[in-house]
Amino acid sequence: MSNTINLREMQVNQTGIIKSVGATGELGRRIRDMGLVPNTAIRIVGRAPLKDPVALRLLDFTITLRNNEADFITVDPTGE
Amino acid sequence: MTATITAALAGNPNCGKTTLFNALTGARQHVGNYPGVTVEKRSGNVKTDTASMNVVDLPGTYSLTAYSPEELVARDFIVDERPQVVINVLDATSLERNLYLTIQFMELGAPMVLALNMMDAVKKQGKTIDVDKLSTLLGFPVVETVARTGLGKNALVQQAIAFARQKEKTWQPLHISYGPVLDPILNDMEEVIRESSFMDQRFPSRWIALKYLEEDEQVLKLGEASGAKGHQQLKTVADKAKEKCFTTLDVGPEAVIADFRYGHIASMMKQGVVKGDTTHQRIHLSDKIDRVVTDQFLGPIIMLATLYGIFYITFPIGEIPMGWVEAFFGWLTNAATAIIPESLLQSLVVDGIIGGVGGVMGFVPLIMVMFMAITILEDLGYMARMAYMMDRVLRMFGLHGASLMPFIISGGIPGGCAVPGVMAARTLRSPREKLATILTAPFMNCGAKVPVFLLLSAAFFPDNAARVMFVITIISWVVALLVAKLLRTTVIKGESTPFVMELPPYRIPTLKGVLIHTWERAWQYMKKAGTVILGISILIWAAMTFPGLPDESANTFQEQRTGVEATLAAGTTDQQRSALEKDLMAIDNAEAQAALKYSVAGRIGSAFEPVSKLAGFDWRTNIALLGGFAAKEVIISSLGTAYSMGDVDPEASEGLGARLANDPTWSRATAMSLMIFVLLYAPCFVTVAVIGRETSWKWAGFSVVFNTSLAFTLSVIVYQIM
Repeated sequence: MSNTINLREMQVNQTGIIKSVGATGELGRRIRDMGLVPNTAIRIVGRAPLKDPVALRLLDFTITLRNNEADFITVDPTGE
Repeated sequence: MTATITAALAGNPNCGKTTLFNALTGARQHVGNYPGVTVEKRSGNVKTDTASMNVVDLPGTYSLTAYSPEELVARDFIVDERPQVVINVLDATSLERNLYLTIQFMELGAPMVLALNMMDAVKKQGKTIDVDKLSTLLGFPVVETVARTGLGKNALVQQAIAFARQKEKTWQPLHISYGPVLDPILNDMEEVIRESSFMDQRFPSRWIALKYLEEDEQVLKLGEASGAKGHQQLKTVADKAKEKCFTTLDVGPEAVIADFRYGHIASMMKQGVVKGDTTHQRIHLSDKIDRVVTDQFLGPIIMLATLYGIFYITFPIGEIPMGWVEAFFGWLTNAATAIIPESLLQSLVVDGIIGGVGGVMGFVPLIMVMFMAITILEDLGYMARMAYMMDRVLRMFGLHGASLMPFIISGGIPGGCAVPGVMAARTLRSPREKLATILTAPFMNCGAKVPVFLLLSAAFFPDNAARVMFVITIISWVVALLVAKLLRTTVIKGESTPFVMELPPYRIPTLKGVLIHTWERAWQYMKKAGTVILGISILIWAAMTFPGLPDESANTFQEQRTGVEATLAAGTTDQQRSALEKDLMAIDNAEAQAALKYSVAGRIGSAFEPVSKLAGFDWRTNIALLGGFAAKEVIISSLGTAYSMGDVDPEASEGLGARLANDPTWSRATAMSLMIFVLLYAPCFVTVAVIGRETSWKWAGFSVVFNTSLAFTLSVIVYQIM
């Protein structure tokens, strides 16, 4: 087992594979609609000037979510 | 005789769907609303040699859940209207995610044609897409398009028409496997649905089963309303399935369903649909731009510069055509004055109709320029970046990052206008945040309020006029944000809508799209000016005109005038002559003042005086504020009439300012209290009309009553303390 961390804790430019998405209801649905499902590779591309929301790059596109929404997502880091 | 085919255009936001729609239908578009919701419905016609196709542009969605009105509208349209073909537009550069919506349409069984859009970008990325393979895997025609250049649009239309004819009336819902846990449950549920023929006239049975597992609000409500015993049965099964999913898979059924949908897409992709560079490490141009544009320090600076830039560009540019419109209405006024003999009818046409509608139409060029700027920023992708940067701050007040733009346009930087500001809130996809934004944006320091503040601050705070203006702007922001917070914790209470948002790649807007969009908004505004505002203008004119002065007072003024004219005719020196002419004008102005006081508006103003005195307003100010409800520009001209100054040009109101400053009933406290009131009271009628259109008349009424009460309370406090 690798050391799974919370999406909120990831640094800019860090990459990882989504391990789990714990959100339910509307938030869960919206996160999944955007392609944030387990086994998806992501890279943190940046944070807003006040450190929140966070922008992440999936395979072919960039999405943003608030830190309290990122809390529902755990990630296996794969590198810088 | 060719039958018209109905086609629904569907796809993700930012996939180029609107551009494709514009390319297909050109400017022949019909814009309306879907029944019961404020979601815009566009449709247009495409004609070929053999057929005519009515294309309905569904709102852009990522999914077909029941969470947003956009998604519900899209879903209901497919289910209830049964278009002969759905044209699903996909951003081919992110094929997998775009196919997620496609799968959901397929599960509904709609006959579909895929438009693989942005193929030029795909090629630039060094990728190729095997269109034939994708078409075989999906069982639908797939057409490559580049909406910006119109490439592939004819092929798309032909394929859609051919497919619609071939597929007529046969809907084949797609069945995909949802794994060993859910598949048997789905089969059981389908049996229940078929046996009790439960809503299966409207939806495919497996789709109903899936929606019960996903706990889809709309379907559950419909099921319950149907009263069929199948509903309880299905709910029981769904609850058990939920338990089973959590115990065996550790996630809810909705997560399992999403996983398998993506899995289904991934397995198709694995068969070599996309070839070439598919690594996501490649740094895209957009990412490079974002490094600078959303940088911690540079980001906010660039944003401020952009916002200031908009104002510094739109106002000088907007003023040129605004001058033409004003000149046109000026010409119309002169023509009407010349043609119609001096009478009540002349006054009605000139002051009521031309003056009222002209005042509103004068804004059209400004609105067009402003909307052109907004459309460009939005199509460019910068709007999403601003929302991203500002979200943390605005969220504290129950708003959304995307609330920034409506605030700014409404006058967050002094000089905006709440009409396009409220309209700009359309880009907000979160209903509660959107409502709070629309209700608070009119507090901003709009261009029509500015002259009032300039007049009063110059007259009463001559040394600190600039500082007063600054304080007023700050007050507008503070009040807007605090009221937003208040509303979001009381009448618009509720969890914040998830922010999850796409940062679309930067794209150069198309001229056609910008022009169509700008024209539409301007046209909507003009239609309003021609109907509701015309009525209100006449009403306000009537209130300020009737009843006319009784004969005896009118005669008194007439006698005075005759007296002066007689002296004038007797022949005098130039000096005496000009003094006498001034006297004449003073008599006219005094008569206008007396007439105004005698009119309905004057009586209302006087009736309110005992209450408004608390805030320092006498009947004259009350009339001006009443007129300001039609348009805030009217405030200064009404004050001018009420203080018998004749016609006061808002651009050059020094005379009125001096008159007020020397008036014993006016003090700094009165001026400050009036400024606060003008800043915050009921939005002008045009804005109210737009609020009504964008939300409901209930909220429009709320904004009138609430804002006025708030403004009055604060004014009284300021007046009593100062």
